[in-house]
Amino acid sequence: MNKENGVKQLTDIVADFVAHVGKKLPDDVIAKLEDLGSQETAALPKVLYETMTKNQNLAVELDRPSCQDTGVIQFWLKCGTNFPYINELEALLKEAVVQATFAAPLRHNSVETFDEYNTKKNVGKGTPTVWWDIVPNSDKCEIYTYMAGGGCTLPGKAMVLMPGAGYEGITDFVLDQMTSYGLNACPPLLVGVGVGTSVETAALNSKKALMRQVGSHNENENAAKMEKLLEDGINKIGLGPQGMGGKYSVMGVNIENTARHPSTIGVAVNVGCWSHRRGHIVVDADLNVTCDTHSTWKFNA
Amino acid sequence: MIEIRGDKKVLVTPVSAEDLKDIKIGDIVWLDGDLMTCRDVAHRRLIEYGRELPYDIRNKAIFHAGPIVRKIEGTEDDYEMVSVGPTTSMRMEKFEYEFTRETGVRVIVGKGGMGPNTERACKEFGAIHCVFPAGCAVVAATEVERIAEHHWDELGMPETLWCCKVKEFGPLIVSIDANGRNLFEENKVIFNEKKEEAKKKIYPEVKFIK
Repeated sequence: MNKENGVKQLTDIVADFVAHVGKKLPDDVIAKLEDLGSQETAALPKVLYETMTKNQNLAVELDRPSCQDTGVIQFWLKCGTNFPYINELEALLKEAVVQATFAAPLRHNSVETFDEYNTKKNVGKGTPTVWWDIVPNSDKCEIYTYMAGGGCTLPGKAMVLMPGAGYEGITDFVLDQMTSYGLNACPPLLVGVGVGTSVETAALNSKKALMRQVGSHNENENAAKMEKLLEDGINKIGLGPQGMGGKYSVMGVNIENTARHPSTIGVAVNVGCWSHRRGHIVVDADLNVTCDTHSTWKFNA
Repeated sequence: MIEIRGDKKVLVTPVSAEDLKDIKIGDIVWLDGDLMTCRDVAHRRLIEYGRELPYDIRNKAIFHAGPIVRKIEGTEDDYEMVSVGPTTSMRMEKFEYEFTRETGVRVIVGKGGMGPNTERACKEFGAIHCVFPAGCAVVAATEVERIAEHHWDELGMPETLWCCKVKEFGPLIVSIDANGRNLFEENKVIFNEKKEEAKKKIYPEVKFIK
């Protein structure tokens, strides 16, 4: 395949996948919502879960985005230095978003700042958002895509604690967000917690935490223990579906961490709503593509 | 007015203050008639810039929402509703008292809770705030019969005023009633108590700094 055709095909792959992510939740999220919904007994949470299920079925049946806020599209790349399309990647992702916006359709969610106008294409200066991790000596590219909604993940919170606050301070920070920010962010939530040395490292960690599977654990034993403690603690608050009360509050808590300066503990909370539209594909040098989040998706299906 | 259809209590526009007086927080109701999408910039234009809404919503309903719409092929300027769910109502809280007073809107639909300005508006002017299940945008779109008018298109798709005719639009969970009671604020007191209990259980388990 020549370069030009390859770029076109990769653009088509990403556009098709982004549109699919807007219509169908990932397998792990569907399973967790079914599990949580089946345990509610009161009338109100039951009606809410029933409406949510009905909505997801209708979205597939009518081939429409399941939530109207299709977000700012965010990509997190783990790109090999030998991936043949590394030079074209950022531009083609932007083109793929435009393509998906008109094909799906997606909502026009890019407003240029200071000039304050909607570009009506769903892309703008710096949108879609793209984060790069470079993988030496690999010819593959992993692409995470996420529809970052205006009520859930975008208004995330971060701050830098003094070490004296300890992990008790992290506990306070996370739980306090749950009854303020989290309550209106469409529970049951997937809670991404980032721990690091500054606001921006903690914030990026918290976003990467949201890309992990529901039910997965941090490889550090203490961090994994804290994930479970926070999950159980937040569930005891009983936010329920839509924050209107119920037996559970969250689909899970994922923590991602990096080292810190001795004087600081950076912490961030970034929540995914119940309609957690994230997807993950791996593309090799010949543009063969595999997807481990959506068993329902196949390119050109 | 109110119609009872089977097990559904349906508010039909025009809605009066009298219609709302027996409706309580936590009740589930449905809506027939006029529902206009109205969010951040429209509220700002009305309250901060004193501009008049180009569509009369007295005794009708608004929806804090920014939809995805699609032009109906073969028409000049008609659109169909593709996907429309509620956005976070709290963003409109700072405007909602004056907004309700100026417009005479009766039913405010959105997501999540609102605060004291809206409570005061509901109580003084006879209005309610309801939650449509968030993220259920296709259910909501299929309950929109048609988009009758649209205004302020220059604001872009999410912020345009889409004036919809709806049929059994819901479920709408009443979160602020016309007595000014606030379901989210009442729940929040309980949530915060439980949160403090949960914190105390976690503290002794996370003493990783020795």
